[in-house]
Amino acid sequence: MGRKILLDKINIPGIKTYEVYRANGGYASVEKALKTLTPDEVTEEVKTSGLRGRGGAGFPMGLKWSFIDKKSGKPRHLVCNADESEPGTFKDRFLMEYIPHLLIEGMITSSYALGANLSYIYIRGEYMWVFKILERAIKEAYAAGWLGKNILGTDFSLDLHVHCGAGAYICGEETALIESLEGKRGNPRIKPPFPAVSGLWANPTVVNNVESISAVPWIVMNSGEEYAKIGIGRSTGTKLISASGHIKNPGVYEIELGLSVEEFMNSDEYLGGMMNERPLKALVPGGSSVPILPANLIYKTAAGENRLMTYESLSDGGFATGSMLGSGGFIVYNDTACIVRNTWNFSRFYHHESCGQCTPCREGTGWLEKVLHRIEHGHGRMEDIDLLWDIQSKIEGNTICPLGDAASWPVAAAIRHFREEFEYHVRFPERIKNRDHFVNEPFEKVRNLV
Amino acid sequence: MIMEKYTYKQDINMTPELMARINVLLSHYPEDKKKSALLPVLHEVQDAHDNWLSYELQEKVAEILNIQPVEVFEVVTFYTMFNQKPIGKYMFEFCRTSCCMIRGAEDMMDYTCQKLGIKEGETTVDGMFTVVGVECLGACGYAPMMQLGDYYKEHLTKEKIDEIITDCRAGKVILHDK
Repeated sequence: MGRKILLDKINIPGIKTYEVYRANGGYASVEKALKTLTPDEVTEEVKTSGLRGRGGAGFPMGLKWSFIDKKSGKPRHLVCNADESEPGTFKDRFLMEYIPHLLIEGMITSSYALGANLSYIYIRGEYMWVFKILERAIKEAYAAGWLGKNILGTDFSLDLHVHCGAGAYICGEETALIESLEGKRGNPRIKPPFPAVSGLWANPTVVNNVESISAVPWIVMNSGEEYAKIGIGRSTGTKLISASGHIKNPGVYEIELGLSVEEFMNSDEYLGGMMNERPLKALVPGGSSVPILPANLIYKTAAGENRLMTYESLSDGGFATGSMLGSGGFIVYNDTACIVRNTWNFSRFYHHESCGQCTPCREGTGWLEKVLHRIEHGHGRMEDIDLLWDIQSKIEGNTICPLGDAASWPVAAAIRHFREEFEYHVRFPERIKNRDHFVNEPFEKVRNLV
Repeated sequence: MIMEKYTYKQDINMTPELMARINVLLSHYPEDKKKSALLPVLHEVQDAHDNWLSYELQEKVAEILNIQPVEVFEVVTFYTMFNQKPIGKYMFEFCRTSCCMIRGAEDMMDYTCQKLGIKEGETTVDGMFTVVGVECLGACGYAPMMQLGDYYKEHLTKEKIDEIITDCRAGKVILHDK
C-alpha cells in the first residue's frame, strides 16, 4: 500500500465542502506559512522536496519559482494550469472535482511564496461543471476569510479567480495559456522572455500544474525533506496516474514514484491486469505525446532491469528503447488494437490542435495525418513509411512550442517498434477492412507475414 | 462560409440576468485588462443564445468589452467550443481520440447517427440533435463517452444512448448548471 498525499482524504464523505475539508485539517498550511514562514522559506521547502512539474515536462518546481522576477516591482501572478487536454490524462479533473479546496489551499500558499496578489486557475472549457465547482469553492474560501484582503490579519492579500478556456489543446502550453488568459487566440510566444520575467499582461508569472500546486500544502506541513524521502533518486514524492485502455480497472491512482510498472499493471490494488485476459501489446506511459512502448520493453528496460514508474526509468534507453513519464496518462493496448489506426488517430488530434503559427507543425501534422490515413485505409505505398519518418524528423525541434515534438514522437516510435504492422497494411490492404483486424492475427503472425 | 453566417438571424437581446453574470466575470480582471474576460463572457453569451454566436452577437460582445469586433471574431474562429452556425438543441459531442476509440467510441457514434438518421456533423431536421466527433475530452478512463451541455455522459452503451435520446425528447435533460 503506497502512501497517499493528494488523495488521502478523498474517501471522507462531503470532503467537497468547505466545512468538512476544514474540519479534516484543511487550510492548515496557509496558517503555518503565513504566520511562521517567510515566502522564501516556503520556496526553499519546495526546492528541498524535489517536486517536479506534474504537467508533463518534469521541471523542478522550486527552481521555476526561484526564477520569478521579484526586483522589477511589477505585480506578480500565479496561474494554475488546469487545461488538461493530453489524450490519456484526466487526473487534474479528478482532484478538482472531488477535493476542490486542496487546489485552492495550494494556490494560496504558493501565491504567498511567490508574492502574487492576483492569481488564476485556467481550466479547460469542456470541464464546465468543474468550473462551477471551483467557483463555489472559491466563494466559500472568500467567505471564510482565506481569500481577500489581509488574510489571517497579515499584510498578505490575494484574489483568486477561475478562468475557462474554450477547447484548445495548445492552451496547455504555458505561454499559449497566458495569451488565452489575456483574451486572445492561443498562439504560443517565443521564449525568452520567459513568463517568470514577462508573462500575464507582461508581469512576472509562474504557471504550474494542478497536481504540483496541490502537493504544496503537504510539503509545507510536513517539510520538503519528508517529501523527498518518498520515491527514488530525482523522482521524489507521489504521482497521480490516469489509467485507461484495455485494463480491468481504469481510473486515477496515486502511486509512490518508484513502483514497478509490472506491479502497477497487475496488482489488484491498481490496474488489476488486462481486460478479458487478452495479451498486452503496447503501452503509452505518459500521455499521447510520449513514445509508445512494445510489450517486450514495458516491464524490463533494454538493459534487462525492472522498469519502474519514475522519470528516469521510463526514459531509460532514450527514445530508442524508452519513453517518458510525461503527464501520467497511462494508456494500455491489448492485441486487438491496431497501431497504425492508433497512430493515425493521434496524428489527427495534433493536426486538429496545431495553432498554425509555425509552418513545420501546421503543414507537417496535416501531412502525417493524410499519409497515415492512406495507409490505414488500404491505399498506402511502401515508401510512405519512409516518408512518414522524414516528415516527423523535420517537425521535431523546428517549432516555437513543444506541440511539434509531441506530434512527431508518437509517429517515430510507432514506426520504430511496429514497422511490420505498417508494412502489413501496405501489403495486405484487403485484410484490414474492419477496425479490429488484429483479433484474429496477432502481432507475431504479422511479423512472420511481412 | 462568411455569407452563410449572415443568412441566419439571431435574437441578440441581452437579458438583465445575463448582463449581471457578465459584470461578475468582468470584475475578476484588473480595470484596464477587461479583454481578458472574453472567453468566459463568450461562453455565457453562447449558452444564453441557443448555443451559437452570430456575427451580430459577436459585435455586441465587442461593444460590451469595449474592443474591436475583429478581436472577438478571431477568438471565436480559433476555439472549437464556439459555434458559428445554429446547431441542434442537444449537441452530442463524442470523444474519438485513441483511448475512447479503442473502447468502442466509433461504434457508439455510428449507432447514434444511425438512430437519428444523420451523419457526423449534421443536425436533425427538427433541430433537436447534432452529432459531432471531437478530440480528447479528458475522460479516457470512463470511455466511451460524450459531452452534452456542461456535463459528461460516460461509460456509454447502446442502451444508455437510447435512454439519453428519450430523455432529451422528453425535455428531462439539464444542459447548463446555472
